[in-house]
Amino acid sequence: MALPTHASTLERVWHRAYQVICALIFLFLIAPILIVIPLSFNAEPYFTFTEGMLKLDPEAYSTRWYDLLLTFGMQAPEAPRDGNWWSDAWENAQWINAAKNSVIIGFFSTLVATALGTLAALGLSRPEMPFRRAIMAVLISPMIVPIIITATGLFFFYSKTGLANSYAGIILAHATLGIPFVIITVTATLVGFDHSLTRAAASLGASPSKTFFSITLPLILPGVISGALFAFVTSFDEVVVVLFIAAHDQQTIPRQMWNGIREQISPAILSVATLLVIISIALLTTVELLRRRSERLRGLSPG
Amino acid sequence: MADMTADVAQMRGSQEKLTTADGKPLKVALAAAQARSKRRAFYLVAPLLFFVLLTFVVPIGQMLHQSVYNPDFVYKTDVTTKETTPIMVNLRNWFDENPRGTEPEEAAYEALAKDLVVLREVKAAGIAGTRINYERSGSRSLFTKSARKAKKLEAPYKEALLDVDDEWADPTVWAAMRNASSAYTMNFYLAAIDKARAVDGSVEAVDEKRKLYVKLFMRTLMLSILITFLTFVLGYPIAHMLATLPLRYSNLLMILVLLPFWTSLLVRTTSWMVLLQSQGVVNDALVGTGLLADENRIQMMYNQIGTIIAMTHILLPFMVLPLYSVMRPINPSYVRAARSLGATSWTAFRRIYFPQTIPGIGAGALLVFILAVGYYITPALVGGADGQLISNLIAFHMTKSLNWSLAAALAGLLLAGILVLYWLYDLLIGIDNLKLG
Repeated sequence: MALPTHASTLERVWHRAYQVICALIFLFLIAPILIVIPLSFNAEPYFTFTEGMLKLDPEAYSTRWYDLLLTFGMQAPEAPRDGNWWSDAWENAQWINAAKNSVIIGFFSTLVATALGTLAALGLSRPEMPFRRAIMAVLISPMIVPIIITATGLFFFYSKTGLANSYAGIILAHATLGIPFVIITVTATLVGFDHSLTRAAASLGASPSKTFFSITLPLILPGVISGALFAFVTSFDEVVVVLFIAAHDQQTIPRQMWNGIREQISPAILSVATLLVIISIALLTTVELLRRRSERLRGLSPG
Repeated sequence: MADMTADVAQMRGSQEKLTTADGKPLKVALAAAQARSKRRAFYLVAPLLFFVLLTFVVPIGQMLHQSVYNPDFVYKTDVTTKETTPIMVNLRNWFDENPRGTEPEEAAYEALAKDLVVLREVKAAGIAGTRINYERSGSRSLFTKSARKAKKLEAPYKEALLDVDDEWADPTVWAAMRNASSAYTMNFYLAAIDKARAVDGSVEAVDEKRKLYVKLFMRTLMLSILITFLTFVLGYPIAHMLATLPLRYSNLLMILVLLPFWTSLLVRTTSWMVLLQSQGVVNDALVGTGLLADENRIQMMYNQIGTIIAMTHILLPFMVLPLYSVMRPINPSYVRAARSLGATSWTAFRRIYFPQTIPGIGAGALLVFILAVGYYITPALVGGADGQLISNLIAFHMTKSLNWSLAAALAGLLLAGILVLYWLYDLLIGIDNLKLG
């Protein structure tokens, strides 16, 4: 908001103050996320900048906490770093195992959430859909209902049905939590979707599935991918349900972090946090690019 | 288009009957086609609806069932064989035959003694005692101790049981057993609002020092209101800046709002722990610049301040995004018109700009409030003792005290509140307008 040339001194001062206030709020938003990055390279087991770090002394920085992520839980962490060492790390390092579990659970729950969610969003965005509002409210509710209530319910349900302590149980639960995000992003892409395109395809003799795969899907794909990424992040970041229904040996990254924070917080947590921040930056960039592409495809923005 | 055809058909219906090519009346054919497309739309949604019902609605229903149903004093379920054995049969019969307030006489004690023998045989004394313990603390050991000696008890049973422990003469024990003797009970909801049944069956408040839950509900409510207000105060200026800057710049600044949104909750909570610790970055910076003496480092973590700061930060994007989407389309010429008509910039903001942003404030505030009321992770990690919210207590009863029915009752009350707010949100804003970035 540019200030007009006829603004009074008071207005100029206020405008400047407003900009400073906004800058401070933006700092409040972003600083806590970025602060963990330099701190994760701390050579000392502290959570603050040591004097050496402030003087940019290279000695005060190290990658020891990242190294700890690899070696923690290994059988022979001191062995020379050859192929055997790496396979030992791959097999036994706790954080690597947690990451493997998180990726497997995240992948399958995303698959379920995206497939079912996209299909449902197609139905929901049809004007003739019956009970649209009520059904939408039910499908979005996993996002609104506090996670502790969902986890409590799943705990009772799974202990009766035998899904407790199983990967299938966690995947189903995480898929449920991711579904609202898929529905929201895909229905948002379907707003303003030109239905005459599908009618044109049908009138040219395409079967409904052919129409879906070669006309509808390419157009809504950015929304579907954004939704899938949201669903993946939801699963990748979820800890409460896992704490309630997973077995002891089913560690995931957030669960391992949770334990680490509650028991003995070490800078190793900060190095995990840094890696997660980098992942979230990558995901955000992807989603932003997709959103712009989608707007361009649908002719909503000039460039 | 379909509606228009229907209208036309109706208009002409009086004059001549319109038919489709195969001779069906147009009205019937149209109704069939519309029903078909309705069904088709529904079939697309059906698999997901079924999935969510199964993995979400049914579990929550089961939780609500657990909140009014606790059979621990009615039958014992074997862990491995899943077989159920009725327990306390004689005593329950006695309760059925004698109304509340009857002084337990020899027949009652005899029934109890027989049931204690059964408890010992099926190894259920601990579970049944725990069930009574929920209503009257200190009862578990009474049951385990008496069940151990149950076989040796002989008539007259009243004296024999009072010999084992004279607590059996306490009318509150008998009232608690009567309460527990039916599996369906509202007592856990009573407990969740700091009430209990007195000996005569009336509802009364528990003693002052055991009152806990209402206070915690109130604290959750107050903290959520405060956090919602803080996100509004912080969110409004930056949403305004984002909405008024040219798109090129605002898209860049928007990243600063969206990145926290995409970052793991645990990462953001960890960051605040690092910042707010007494040996953390904020305190170090204050001490380093001489604003604070080393010995008065501020305690900002493991108390309410920690919960408030971290939750405000985490929920801020949920306020900024709805505000932004309302502010962006506001036409700047209204404010300019007000200014040209002589309004000061404050008046123009207060009378012209602000009223147009109220829908965004409503949407953001309701969303932040709904999310804040049910928060668990952040208060659990940075909250300490007095920064805990109701969710933390639910988790405590689920994982530590194992009083699942009470946890379910607390969750039921929280859920009821959330659903009312959710309904309000749908009514005022519409779920369709929920946007993510």
